[in-house]
Amino acid sequence: MTVIAWIVEGTWPACVDATGTHAPEGADIVLLHVTGQDVPGTARGAYAGLFGRGRPERDPGSRLQELAAASAQQLQRAAAERLGRPCTQLERSGRIEREVVAAAEGADLLILARDGDRTHLGPRSLSPATRFVVDHAPCPVLLVWPETAPGIATIPPAPQHGR
Amino acid sequence: MAVPAALVVLGTGAISLDQARAAAARLGPVIGFLAAVLVLAQLCDDEGLFRACGGWMARSAAGRPRRLLLAVFVLASVITAVLSLDAAVVLLTPVVFATAARLGARPRPHVYACTHLANTASLLLPVSNLTNLLAFAASGLSFTRFAALMALPWLVAIGAEYAVFRRFFASDLDAGAQAPPAAEPPAVPVFVLAVVACTLAGFALTSAAGVNPAWAALAGAAVLAGRGLAQRRTTPAAIARAANIPFLLFVLALGIVVRAVVDNGLAGALGHLVPGGITLPSLLATAALSAVLANVINNLPAVLVLLPLAVPAGPGAVLAVLIGVNIGPNLTYAGSLATLLWRRIAREHDTAVDLAEFTRLGLLTVPAALILAVLALWASLHAIGG
Repeated sequence: MTVIAWIVEGTWPACVDATGTHAPEGADIVLLHVTGQDVPGTARGAYAGLFGRGRPERDPGSRLQELAAASAQQLQRAAAERLGRPCTQLERSGRIEREVVAAAEGADLLILARDGDRTHLGPRSLSPATRFVVDHAPCPVLLVWPETAPGIATIPPAPQHGR
Repeated sequence: MAVPAALVVLGTGAISLDQARAAAARLGPVIGFLAAVLVLAQLCDDEGLFRACGGWMARSAAGRPRRLLLAVFVLASVITAVLSLDAAVVLLTPVVFATAARLGARPRPHVYACTHLANTASLLLPVSNLTNLLAFAASGLSFTRFAALMALPWLVAIGAEYAVFRRFFASDLDAGAQAPPAAEPPAVPVFVLAVVACTLAGFALTSAAGVNPAWAALAGAAVLAGRGLAQRRTTPAAIARAANIPFLLFVLALGIVVRAVVDNGLAGALGHLVPGGITLPSLLATAALSAVLANVINNLPAVLVLLPLAVPAGPGAVLAVLIGVNIGPNLTYAGSLATLLWRRIAREHDTAVDLAEFTRLGLLTVPAALILAVLALWASLHAIGG
């Protein structure tokens, strides 16, 4: 059985804990992290916008790519340590939500955390990327709250029909 | 590319040698000023100023992404205003990313903030942006008057960006972060901060005494260069590289080319589009036209084209042009030309570029910041007097 835990900055500890609880003994656990390309891309764009500066070696985008790779490694290490079970670390880069869906193909379980508004139950508790993954996942999904879930009183009252 | 173009317009007689010489003489002090600021920023980095900024942001964030965003806004705005937008993009952006990564926060809002503020927060001082230096030389405003008139527009434009960013990136900011491991508070680079403060005071003093404030920037750069060389933290070659001589030549050549284009008919074509006076509608129209032009070509050629048309209308019109050309580029990454260039660079680096998201953010921030900044300028002009 293959269990994939999608770890993301900020919410990964809950995801790793859920993996520890729900992945059966002997399962192949994969810690998946995806580095987005839009952040270094933004820095590259800002530098290209500085008209006429030339000197591509000063482009902050390249520095950001190096930093992103280092930070992804650190996150993987911290996650593996917290899990404390044998696991594989899988690092991908590209458009985050599509990379996660592609990596989940053929898996038996995908574990991920809510990362939107966490004060209310409801659709806004998922960011657009996470929403995409939940909607397109090609395998069973376990969606966890990073902290204690808010109470059901946070759901707005049902609309009144037939008045 | 601009240098051969300048030779072509000279060779074909599109601009006479005398006119070209006059344009070069006018641009000379501006280019000297630019070189001094570029060197000053690089030497500040060598002295550890930007490293210290990272430490300060991490501490004041205290593990909360929204506080980190506030710290990034404060620092990026101040760095852009004092050490120019080049410093914010090239030197501060990597530090901001590294700080977010160290806190385990999602880097997106903070890096986007840095790149947006490099444009929006470059309104305050003549040194903040090359567009300002060019306009400052042409406007006849003193350094302190420029700053006084632009202070309110600068603040409201940054405020508009902040309000949009907090909503636009809400889910990234809600994702949380960890407090940094309790470390020794980072050493404050006292010397470099003192030099920068003295340079700022020098801008005010030189401008009051009727001396070109470029000398204050040069003095600040010279002090840091002397110390850096004495302590073997830098080399003469590194200082020359920081001045980016090819870029200085590019600006000079671009100035001559644009002069030729303006003199050969563009002034007539655009002349009636730049309204005179400092009524609110005319300031808004000037800023909007400038923003459009900055997005169609790039803000540097745009400001060179618009300045000769705006100067006769007075300092209010010149400052409205600056609001347009400085804030406008956040819509399409500093002009379509640059966007094309950047897409090519991004492909070379195998980077997927999400132009849709950047443009959506630009559509939310640019019109709001632009209109509020022009309103603030209009109020300042009436309170202080143009």
